[in-house]
Amino acid sequence: MGDGALLVELDGPDLAHALRRALLREDLAGVKELIPGQASLLIVADPLVADLDAIAAHLPAVKAEPMLAGRLHEFDVVYEGEDLPSLAKELGMGVSELVRRHTQAVYEVAFLGFVPGFGYLTGLDPALRVARRSKPRIRVPAGSVALADGYTGLYPQATPGGWHILGRCDAQLFDATLAQPALLAPGDRVRFKVAT
Amino acid sequence: MIEVLEAGTLTTLQDLGRSGLGHLGVSPAGAADAVSLRIANRLVGNPDTCAALEMTAAGVSLRFDVDERIAITGGALAAQLDGEPVPMYQTLTVKAGRVLDCGRIESGWRSYLAIAGGFDATPVLSSRSTDTLSGLGPEPLSAGARLIAGTSAVFTEGFYLRSPPRYGTSARLRVVAGPHQEWFTSAALLSLRESIFKVSPQSDRTGVRLESTPLQRIRNDELPSMGMVTGAVQVPHSGQAIVLLGNHGATGGYPVIANVIAADLHLLAQLAPGSELRFADVSRAEAVDALREQESRLQRDMVSADASLLAARALMTLAGGHASLKQAAVRDGNRRIRIRK
Repeated sequence: MGDGALLVELDGPDLAHALRRALLREDLAGVKELIPGQASLLIVADPLVADLDAIAAHLPAVKAEPMLAGRLHEFDVVYEGEDLPSLAKELGMGVSELVRRHTQAVYEVAFLGFVPGFGYLTGLDPALRVARRSKPRIRVPAGSVALADGYTGLYPQATPGGWHILGRCDAQLFDATLAQPALLAPGDRVRFKVAT
Repeated sequence: MIEVLEAGTLTTLQDLGRSGLGHLGVSPAGAADAVSLRIANRLVGNPDTCAALEMTAAGVSLRFDVDERIAITGGALAAQLDGEPVPMYQTLTVKAGRVLDCGRIESGWRSYLAIAGGFDATPVLSSRSTDTLSGLGPEPLSAGARLIAGTSAVFTEGFYLRSPPRYGTSARLRVVAGPHQEWFTSAALLSLRESIFKVSPQSDRTGVRLESTPLQRIRNDELPSMGMVTGAVQVPHSGQAIVLLGNHGATGGYPVIANVIAADLHLLAQLAPGSELRFADVSRAEAVDALREQESRLQRDMVSADASLLAARALMTLAGGHASLKQAAVRDGNRRIRIRK
């Protein structure tokens, strides 16, 4: 991808993380970023230092393996999101049914991206699969719990966004002063509960 | 201490950004035009990694409380020190009590002001860059704010840059094709090479938004979210491309038709809204050669100079616009430089 990156297409985020771990062990000169995605690992390098062709030719073999079993996070959610009624209607179910389905699943953090600490959570009930809003919002408040494109997630900070907002919670998902700034890590599991 | 009298349109502290945190969703941020940042740093004897001011569209006005050495690079502006014009692309000594007014950026879009020792701020994730997308790092400058310079090595000589870059209202950027060519119609692939693209006023530090005949996609499904890289030419459903700058989101979900090569990213960052842009294909090997050539030119064109040579260079640079200058002469190595008006 361009003169400074290699895009490795893979079958799932588990393989992307496995390849990332394998490449970290090799400690390749000039490699600046290893960014896992839903079906890829992006290797970003300084082309004057790293030999991208050599890296591409000697990618370590990785096999599908369960992600490292991470922590379980439970978030208390106030399900009063702006899009809750319209989304329930679009999905052809009642609001309480939508909330029940959203709180029933145990999600897995597939990878992080979009803004610092934002985890793409997989494991969404297939009945809740829906495209993004046709008009993205200029500002989605921090702590919003939302879903779209087969994922659900929590907004670590206020940002423009196109996902459907179900509710809010007050978890701090990113703190730049910590050694591990992101609360969520790939492989972690997440469960949402109705705040009481 | 330096007092900000006027903050310009968008002025932020930028260094080379945050590397290695894309997997946490952290944008690289950093100077949009890293070449101009590095030149500014080298002109004041700093390492490339020091933080400088990135000024967009219009420059700052600063009052200096102590003597400082500074340099201004990037988009062309007519800076004045207490009403006297000062040149870009060389070390400038600013005496305590004086006011520097950078004025409007007349060509290009971003200018950089470096200070010996670098501008100080609390590093966030090992960088002093303002991430304008997520808000990490220091706040953008505002009038009344005070800036602090880090301590610098004492040196008596200065520097100037031989043949500084000039930025116009059009550019030809070299791209390496792919990786998602199969998502586009053959007309779109042809159009990328042949169309003239116009820079939209919606552009910002995350990316340069282009206006053109839409680049049509064959596939209308979503690209699975993936890591993104500066220079990626992303094409959303609208068919209006966005070329990512350094403050892009760490991941993205639009197919990438091509990538601007690293050696041309500084030209991309200097395109003012309304500028015209064309793309030209190169191979990855050619792109790496171009980057290597750019690096060696940076070394080659940086000239160490004493005070009299710097003064002469300043006179020469400014002579065009100032009738009061009569003449100057100075020796540069074996050459005698003389200007008369």
